[in-house]
Amino acid sequence: MNSQHIVRAYDDELATLGNRIAAMGGHAERMVDEAVGALINADVALARKVIADDIVLDEGQRWIDDRAILLIAKRQPMADDLREIIGTIRIAADLERVGDLGKSIAKRVVAVSDTRQPVQLFRGLEALATLALTQLKQVLDVYASRSIGAIAFMRDRDEEIDAMYTSLFRELLTYMMEDPRNISPCTHLLFCAKNIERIGDHATNIAETVYYVVTGEQLPLERPKEDKSHRVVLGSSSAS
Amino acid sequence: MDVEARGGNLDAVDTLSARDLAAALPDPVVIIDGRGAVLHANQPAGIAFGQIPRGTLLHHKFRTPEMQQLMGGLLRERKAATIDYAERVPIERAFRVCAMPVGSGGLFAIHFKDQSETRRIDRMRADFIANASHELRTPLASIAGFIETLRGPARNDEKARDNFLQIMQAQTERMARLIDDLLSLSRIEMKPYMRSQGEIDIGEVVAGVVESLGHLARESGVEIVFDRPASPMLAPGSRDELIQVFENLLENACKYGQAGGRIDITMAHSRAGPSPEVAVTVRDHGQGIAEEHIPRITERFYRVETGRAPKGTGLGLAIVKHILTRHEGRLTVKSKPGEGAAFTVHLPAG
Repeated sequence: MNSQHIVRAYDDELATLGNRIAAMGGHAERMVDEAVGALINADVALARKVIADDIVLDEGQRWIDDRAILLIAKRQPMADDLREIIGTIRIAADLERVGDLGKSIAKRVVAVSDTRQPVQLFRGLEALATLALTQLKQVLDVYASRSIGAIAFMRDRDEEIDAMYTSLFRELLTYMMEDPRNISPCTHLLFCAKNIERIGDHATNIAETVYYVVTGEQLPLERPKEDKSHRVVLGSSSAS
Repeated sequence: MDVEARGGNLDAVDTLSARDLAAALPDPVVIIDGRGAVLHANQPAGIAFGQIPRGTLLHHKFRTPEMQQLMGGLLRERKAATIDYAERVPIERAFRVCAMPVGSGGLFAIHFKDQSETRRIDRMRADFIANASHELRTPLASIAGFIETLRGPARNDEKARDNFLQIMQAQTERMARLIDDLLSLSRIEMKPYMRSQGEIDIGEVVAGVVESLGHLARESGVEIVFDRPASPMLAPGSRDELIQVFENLLENACKYGQAGGRIDITMAHSRAGPSPEVAVTVRDHGQGIAEEHIPRITERFYRVETGRAPKGTGLGLAIVKHILTRHEGRLTVKSKPGEGAAFTVHLPAG
């Protein structure tokens, strides 16, 4: 009876960690979506809300760090459980960074919406954000379902985001060269694009962590690459 | 006349299983236990959200802050509640979610009512107005300019008049196509999102499109070489939407691959994606696409050409991509300037 109770409590503690990760994930997804929405629609009020919301993720990460370390000290977990706990620490760190990047986009909304920008400046950014958000959603869905079949493929999707970012980089440079008045908004947008691209990287990190948690093995570093002939290599104005 | 005499059985109501009841409902219904783990998801739930493995924690799959709050109240205090849940990627969707405790076994039922349509109508209206006003203004301004010239300085210049009228005709034709494309994109976006249940033969779809676009190919002076596999290539999907996918790709190939004189269509089963796929490649031998444009060409109104009057509406590939997203498929593009372009449609098979 007593031992059963102890195991139950341990299970509950593990579940609480997982629940907090899911909540942080949902919060991060919402923040990024709203930050990009605020940027595209020049919605300063929404941007302020995003900036204020970031604290939830900071708190979440601290809470998970504390709890996880306490759990390790108290239960001395092995194998699956240990990986699960280490995994939550790593995922929480990635999600916290995603929140920071969203917040940083939101902070630029005021500067960019100072003057009305032409709509084509935002189309590419919106498409990039859709890619990154889809990646983040799929990764967190895998965390929920633990069906890791799609993970290796998902990681390759990150390259799509990189290619899109590089193309956007070039486009924004063109606008700046066309008209010096574009330099200020386009520079901000360039940072926003970089932030979104970084969000994709964090999503990929999470995918790798989930794979490790579930299987106990690391995804291979070198993965078979398909033909990269279409990948962008810029000369003097190289991106990233 | 009592219930039993009519063939009903009151006892059966008492013993009716949650599974049977959920199966009878047209909306997604998920039954969870006291931890939030999924015990049962009915078929509409599978269609709407994909297979939800048993034991998946519901608040891990549906993660919005509102959902976390709802689940917290439900599991801790057995409190029924209703919230709105929305997803923006990969397809915009919205649901009214009702959660409540059911029965005495510590179970909970979550009911999803699809509200996407109202939300999509709003967004579609906004998008349509933004796109139409932005994209139609340019050709309109140019036509207005030509009319002004024709009524003024070029009033008696026969050669210029002919030239201008030709340009104006081309512009109005493009505007008409643009409106068609905007409408068809809106129509697709409006349709409820559903995983298709019926499998269709993709080879047959492609063959039909090749035949119906024969005249366009002849006019453009290109030959379509379709290597149709002997056996059917089955994938679940909407026939009409997939016809539009291949029509748009073939039209593009005719338009931009004219110089190559030939379009190759090949089909294969592929395992390159997360699940088995049917892959259809439309390959032209035209001027190709520069690498910096490839990631962007499915964006609405993205222009590869600069300076010249655009050939297309800028929506063809956006429509293709949207339809493929609805089918959980994808489009990959391989191209090098001067070596033509290959567009591959990947559709999950079964």
